[in-house]
Amino acid sequence: MIKPVNQKAWWLVLPVVVCVAFSAILPLMTVVNYSVQDIISPERRVFVGTEWFVSVLRDEELHSAMVRQLIYSFAVLAVEVPLGIALALAMPTAGWRASATLVLVALSLLIPWNVVGTIWQIFGRSDIGLLGAALQAIGLEYSYTGNPTHAWLTVLAMDVWHWTPLVALLCYAGLRAIPEAFYQAAQIDGASRLAVFRYIQMPKLRGVLMIAVLLRFMDSFMIYTEPFVLTGGGPGNATTFLSQYLTQKAVGQFDLGPAAAFSLIYFLIILLFCFVLYNWMQRVGTHSTSTTATIAGEKGAV
Amino acid sequence: MKGAHWRSVFLASYLVFALLPIYWMVNMSFRTNEDILSSFSFFPKHFTWANYAVIFTDPAWYSGYINSLIYVAINMVISVTVALPAAYAFSRYRFLGDRHVFFWLLTNRMTPPAIFLLPFFQLYSTVGLMDTHLAVALAHLVFNVPLAVWILEGFMSGIPREIDETAYIDGYTFPRFFLMIFLPLIKAGIGVTAFFCFMFSWVELLLARTLTSVDAKPIVATMTRTVSASGMDWALLAAAGVLTIVPGAIVIWFVRHYIAKGFAMGRV
Repeated sequence: MIKPVNQKAWWLVLPVVVCVAFSAILPLMTVVNYSVQDIISPERRVFVGTEWFVSVLRDEELHSAMVRQLIYSFAVLAVEVPLGIALALAMPTAGWRASATLVLVALSLLIPWNVVGTIWQIFGRSDIGLLGAALQAIGLEYSYTGNPTHAWLTVLAMDVWHWTPLVALLCYAGLRAIPEAFYQAAQIDGASRLAVFRYIQMPKLRGVLMIAVLLRFMDSFMIYTEPFVLTGGGPGNATTFLSQYLTQKAVGQFDLGPAAAFSLIYFLIILLFCFVLYNWMQRVGTHSTSTTATIAGEKGAV
Repeated sequence: MKGAHWRSVFLASYLVFALLPIYWMVNMSFRTNEDILSSFSFFPKHFTWANYAVIFTDPAWYSGYINSLIYVAINMVISVTVALPAAYAFSRYRFLGDRHVFFWLLTNRMTPPAIFLLPFFQLYSTVGLMDTHLAVALAHLVFNVPLAVWILEGFMSGIPREIDETAYIDGYTFPRFFLMIFLPLIKAGIGVTAFFCFMFSWVELLLARTLTSVDAKPIVATMTRTVSASGMDWALLAAAGVLTIVPGAIVIWFVRHYIAKGFAMGRV
């Protein structure tokens, strides 16, 4: 499907650009400005060029935080995306059951992040929390404050609990937007459940799935509040992810310059990964869409 | 049917997983701090409304909810309104720099919010919007508008372009076509978008706290009061947490029809 060229479409986009630019350009310029200066006090600043960037990139602790972050973000995607799609397929499509499921599934998204961490703090305790007590009861020496692996898994479980609904709701709405005629055509052709999923549902979900994957990737890459409240980054630094490390730098040591350089590098890394993911999904998606479009087109013609 | 059976088992087990932590929060909200910290219990043994009473009688608490609702509503309306035409442009036309602008929008969600704090504070102080609902609503546009454009574009691209072409041949002008034919087709997308805008703005803490002090102080900022020198007020926080779910649950209840309703192929 080739889109026509129409420069006037810019008028439709302009309000969005104005809205976002108002709040986005200035902060970014400020950060760039900080990143090349040594700010001793608001009045005393020294231009230091790329010094902060070099020192940040050489920081060993940063490297390990980065590795932890990457493993964590990909684990989040590997669990939440398939689970979210499965959930969207399993949710009822009509009647009061559909309404009730929608509301129940969405609940965890609506809890402020600091409360999420706090609730899991109690929920995971083996003396007074349901999760901790249940794991203890089946014989596991579970402790999210003492064991790094348990802490990491608890943070992951919390993220899955908190954010899978985002993927599920997007996919669910995406599935609802598929015309009934497509399913009827598939039924007439005797397509299997799997074939329907592969050739009708997946291609139509491409758009919403793309935003779901990118959102989950970038948000998990910037995760801060929940692990901070739950584990404080510990035990050791098992759950100290990048943004917590950044905040320690910016607030704890009050080094605006290095913190700004750090966040620019941080931003560029997220940008790079999102760009690669985006282009990859676009290529994979376009390929399968074109085949489906032909199949669906033929079926539609019948 | 075997498939349908497995499906409901899966759904039921997910719902249990999803609701247990929330149940634990509700459970905590009806107990006292000593009770929560001293014993494990499935049900509140000494049932109390005291935590909710605090929230509903203290203006510092309940005005937090009102403030949050005001700026979230403003933000949601602006986000969806400006995003609709833009998403249409992205899904239907090619124009100078389209793919770059589309991706640039999303990059605004990729910056750690902590780094925006100081510049935002300076910006909004300069234009005299500090401690107003509008300031928070505008600040939240940074992450909600790109989100809205992306989600809506996904839904719009799923609508065949033949529908647009048929409508134009039938003599519809763009605004009439857009409002009367196109928007009803992507109701599901608009419902989801509105809900996500609501959600992300509702739970955002850093910017909302930085840009407000008294008059527009949001509930998420008020909640941080439960941490004090004397320790954590778990019960009160749980009660406040339960109440923060309510408005969002109402929003999704209202948009559920748009989300669950199928695609109406009426005109084609």
